[in-house]
Amino acid sequence: MLRFALRRLALLVPVLLGLSVLLFVWVRALPGEPARSLLGQRATPEGIARVNEVYGFNDPLLQQYGSYVWALLRGDFGSSIKTGQPVLESFIEKFPGTVELGVAALLFAVVLGIPLGYYAARHQGRLLDTTIVSGSLIGVVTPVFFLAILLKLVFANWLDLLPTSQRQDPRIDATHITNFYVLDGLLTREWDAALDALTHLVLPAVALGTIPLAIIVRITRAAVADVLNEDYVRTAESKGLSRMLVSRRHILRNAMLPVMTTIGLQAGLLFSGAVLTESVFAWNGIGRFLFDSIGQRDYPVLQGYILLIAIIYALINLTVDMAYGVVDPRVRVS
Amino acid sequence: MSRARTATRPDEPLLSVRDLSVRFGLRGQESFAAVDEVSFDINPGQHLAIVGESGSGKSVTALAVMGLLPSRGVQVSGEVLYRGTDLLTCDRRAMSRLRGSEIAMVFQDPMTSLNPVVTIGRQVAEVVQRHLKVSRSEAFERGVDLLTRVGIPDAGRRMKEYPHQLSGGMRQRVLIAIGLACEPKLLIADEPTTALDVTIQAQVLEVLKELVADTDAALLMITHDLGVVAGLCDDVRVMYSGRIVESADRDRLFAEPRHPYTGGLLRSIPRLDSPRGQRLTPIPGSPTQTIPWEQGCAFAPRCAHRADQCTDSAPPLEQSEGRALRCFHPLTGAASQQEAP
Ligand SMILES: Nc1ncnc2c1ncn2[C@@H]1O[C@H](COP(=O)(O)OP(=O)(O)OP(=O)(O)O)[C@@H](O)[C@H]1O
Ligand code: SF4
Ligand SMILES: [Mg+2]
Repeated sequence: MLRFALRRLALLVPVLLGLSVLLFVWVRALPGEPARSLLGQRATPEGIARVNEVYGFNDPLLQQYGSYVWALLRGDFGSSIKTGQPVLESFIEKFPGTVELGVAALLFAVVLGIPLGYYAARHQGRLLDTTIVSGSLIGVVTPVFFLAILLKLVFANWLDLLPTSQRQDPRIDATHITNFYVLDGLLTREWDAALDALTHLVLPAVALGTIPLAIIVRITRAAVADVLNEDYVRTAESKGLSRMLVSRRHILRNAMLPVMTTIGLQAGLLFSGAVLTESVFAWNGIGRFLFDSIGQRDYPVLQGYILLIAIIYALINLTVDMAYGVVDPRVRVS
Repeated sequence: MSRARTATRPDEPLLSVRDLSVRFGLRGQESFAAVDEVSFDINPGQHLAIVGESGSGKSVTALAVMGLLPSRGVQVSGEVLYRGTDLLTCDRRAMSRLRGSEIAMVFQDPMTSLNPVVTIGRQVAEVVQRHLKVSRSEAFERGVDLLTRVGIPDAGRRMKEYPHQLSGGMRQRVLIAIGLACEPKLLIADEPTTALDVTIQAQVLEVLKELVADTDAALLMITHDLGVVAGLCDDVRVMYSGRIVESADRDRLFAEPRHPYTGGLLRSIPRLDSPRGQRLTPIPGSPTQTIPWEQGCAFAPRCAHRADQCTDSAPPLEQSEGRALRCFHPLTGAASQQEAP
């Protein structure tokens, strides 16, 4: 297991190196330049030249890349052109916000998706199955952006039920230890702060979690339907076990194998959805900052954030693959 | 001992299957009868065989008795009386109390019939825990004991292993242990050895025979191999294309088969005492060459005794001298002697 993990981590190095090249080229291929968006309307040619000089944007590309990678190898991701804050520092500061949102979205998707998928598979062809399946189809094709705005419109503007922007009401003046606001509220026993953070989470989490929910429903349904035809389920039923035990031990435990892989993939993909969701709900996380940085052509932030996201994505998938081995004894041995 | 344990009187059948029919086909589509008006009784401790080629409806019959047929696209009719209760109409709860404790089943394919992600021990112990109301550790101990009895060496260690770590023969032994774990009054064994190597087949059959004898269970043995029947069963039902075509006790069936299909099955058993060089004669054609029973005898396309009458109407099942036969032109005494090997 350890050797497997180490080999996967070693494989990550060339991937990240390749990605850094792509990113480096991509951000510079974006129309517009950082100096101009930094200085805005009143940019003078002299000002632009000065900024380019300071950040080394006048050097030959290869040299720029060389010094970028050299800095990276020392753990230096550079600093934002816009704010001057070191990239890594701002990432660490904003990352908990995104994780909080991502975890809430994934919880929503998993807690609802697995039972729905299971139920649909057990009642194949009936009305509820058809409803669940077509509902999940709509869920898959609805763009996150559209859903986010729709939710905001209905639940906040019309029904005035839930907050629509930020992670917490600033008037609450909560203490933040970990930057996971719900967790902070619980740790400091500021219950109102925790509750407020939680209500702020609802709409963004639903918006972000809907596509994963729909996908988990579909994969679970397919996996359970497959397992239901397996001989060992019939063996379990021939033993007179309770329906509950047959479902849990014999059906779900096998059907969860493909579902786990899906959850892992979805966890990684949440980052791209987070960019849009965080922007719509003014959520202070890495997604919104990344989105703003694209507008500002903030090269170091774009490069650094995407690299860091790639590393985290790879780690998530590695964790899922290792968890797979824990659940499936056949993988463990080989 | 278990005769006394059984509340059933020895003369009353333990299981009585009456006019069981199973039709497959979704609504709107034309359905076909995989099992067609099948009736048989099993007395406590009796060993009955259902014999027939692939596709004759043996497994479907067994699954119908166990209540394990899929719920969609299947129509089941008739009665399956277990000690007077109709299993086809009794509620789920009652059925799941009987399954595994009073009626148990050993399945055809050991490679797919065990859950790959659950330990052997758990799969054996769970049935014990469910029906005998014992603690987890007691159930586990009983599991070790059961595995030892079906001839699995080092049972304690095997309990912690997963199915893929065991050979096919070992897995089938595990399935037998599961089947007999709660000392059922009726064990249904659906071709328990067909998936195994010939040498392993004999060993596994021996284990099954011993344990069934030890627990005094009645046995419904499903097989396509009359050779298996010879050493194990008292009574035989021969099935063809969903119907019973001949029914007799073992000795009379082997000595004097009346149905041409039974004769054919007997001739295809390999025998040690057959003259050197004599080839086995399989039944010509395949079980898929059949006509619907409504139009005549389903065996007619493959039958050497076929007459015009056979494809005009279906032969009825006629009883005489304690046996039953569905054929217009049965093998006669002399012919059947000759047919028999
Ligand atoms: N779930 C099902 N849906 C539709 N048809 C089925 C189903 N199960 C069995 N059948 C059909 O019913 C017929 C009898 O099948 P069955 O499994 O009882 O045969 P069998 O006598 O057990 O043969 P084998 O020796 O191959 O196990 C076959 O034609 C089969 O295709
Ligand atoms: S009824 Fe006719 S076709 Fe059918 S088995 Fe008898 S002789 Fe053969
Ligand atoms: Mg079968």
